[in-house]
Amino acid sequence: MTHWLTDPFTFAFMQRALVASLVVGVACAVIGTFVVLRAMAFLGDALAHAVLPGVAVAYLLDANLLLGGLVAAVVVAAGVGLVSRRGVVKEDTAIGILFAAALALGVLLMSTVHSYAVDLTHILFGNVLGVSSADLWLTGGLAAGVVAVVVLFFKEFQVAAFDPVLAHMLGKRPELVRFVLLVLLALTVVVSLQTVGVALVTALLVTPPATAYLLTRRLASMMLLSAVLGAAASVAGLYLSYYLDVASGAAVVLCATAAFALAWLFAPRRGLLAQRFAARRGRA
Amino acid sequence: MTEANASTGSAEFDENRYLTVEHLTVAYNGRPALEDVTFAVPHGTQVAVVGPNGAGKSTLFKALVGLLPPRSGRIRLHGAVPGGQADPIAYVPQREEVDWAFPVTVREVVMMGRYGRLGWLRRPRATDREVVGRCLRELGLADLADRGLGELSGGQQQRVFLARALAQEPHVLLLDEPFTGVDVAAREGLLALLGRLRERRITVLASTHDMETAAKRFELVALLNRRLVAFGPPAEVFTPGHVAQAFGGQALFLDGMVVVDQCCPGHVGDGEAHRHSHDPGEDRLPHALPR
Repeated sequence: MTHWLTDPFTFAFMQRALVASLVVGVACAVIGTFVVLRAMAFLGDALAHAVLPGVAVAYLLDANLLLGGLVAAVVVAAGVGLVSRRGVVKEDTAIGILFAAALALGVLLMSTVHSYAVDLTHILFGNVLGVSSADLWLTGGLAAGVVAVVVLFFKEFQVAAFDPVLAHMLGKRPELVRFVLLVLLALTVVVSLQTVGVALVTALLVTPPATAYLLTRRLASMMLLSAVLGAAASVAGLYLSYYLDVASGAAVVLCATAAFALAWLFAPRRGLLAQRFAARRGRA
Repeated sequence: MTEANASTGSAEFDENRYLTVEHLTVAYNGRPALEDVTFAVPHGTQVAVVGPNGAGKSTLFKALVGLLPPRSGRIRLHGAVPGGQADPIAYVPQREEVDWAFPVTVREVVMMGRYGRLGWLRRPRATDREVVGRCLRELGLADLADRGLGELSGGQQQRVFLARALAQEPHVLLLDEPFTGVDVAAREGLLALLGRLRERRITVLASTHDMETAAKRFELVALLNRRLVAFGPPAEVFTPGHVAQAFGGQALFLDGMVVVDQCCPGHVGDGEAHRHSHDPGEDRLPHALPR
């Protein structure tokens, strides 16, 4: 029985894949909690796509892809933060145009190299089995940093998200907090490129927290449960990809989505069944 | 009432014992919302801020608490610029602009009132939890402390934000239309709370459309209509001249009585007939003041 559980991890690359997936699953869930609560899912997706030109340039220069992505991500996050200062979220058209253009630019740059198709697939959909030790250090370090910042300044993030007016009155600088959140989001997106890729990172940011939202009533519990769900989906996805010989990033996302579907149906107060039951009781 | 007279500049005026506003002018969306407003509130007194809609009552509160920058003039609390942890001014807006779907319990909302006293890396301590518990009990929220904010009724939610303001342990409490849209029991509860705050020498400024409450239950009244029309004890403020100045065409002087219709903003001073729609939440009964 235990062979089934431990067989995949006799391989070093699988061990690294597991650690990378866990770390990314947790970091995405923690930052994703605010992405969900502040309706920033579209922005998260846009950031992921905007990172592509940076990755492409690094690819062409034969430099570390993660570092290329990092530079692009921080530049774009800072730009978005500065431009959308007072929460004028109706810029979504502009964001949509920009990130489609960024994706196109990235693909264009990469297509100058003839063997680009495989590498592009990895960037778009993840290549967790190709995680090197160096990558793991960088991934782990950044992810740990992101989680640490959120935990240390939890109450500032909480009050800025819930009641920015109060935050302002108390001197908690909600605009600075939002800016930091954007930068952390950019870092998380870059760190997730390897495990789930540009196209799927939004799912990992949004799905575990959305699931946790249905099951908790406090921010801290929501974040903690998201992290557990993110980690669990990552591990389950990895096992599935090993035994079914399918793409791992996609498997992770589908596991997270399955958990969401279960919660959406069966959550105690907010699940579909619970609400139907309560409505029927109300009528009787 | 020598302290009230000090607002006219007597020799006993000691700036350190007052909340002072001097020649305050505040613009809102480009238009002047407050012009050259000057008054001084003695520490521990309770002031009703009265005026028609659009008079600048909310603007005044936002300027006091630093949410709107003044175009000119200055505000001083105990002689110093307000802000910082030492002497907080707490503001309870009429309608909170919060995320109602946010996962947060009643206790956690009230705890946020303590965040101003906690540095960026600090966690809440035992004293903070004690203050929060006390404020919850004071507002009758102890049983609801661990419920989600979104599960509460409107009236209960209002009490939560009031508890949060009290958790700041403020020296000055600003209440924006706390009596509006509130039932009799809640109104009496609020007035009882104000009584307890008076004993604790917490300065309170409350804006209201309810002039009877303003006249009977507050020591001082500020009558605003972009400018400060009058400031002082109710008997000195609620004169026909002042009321006419503040409410213009909305005030009708009958034999022995003044009737004021407070429904509509922006029609002060013009006697023309006008069409308007009533926001269902707004008070539309005329108020009668005995002369």
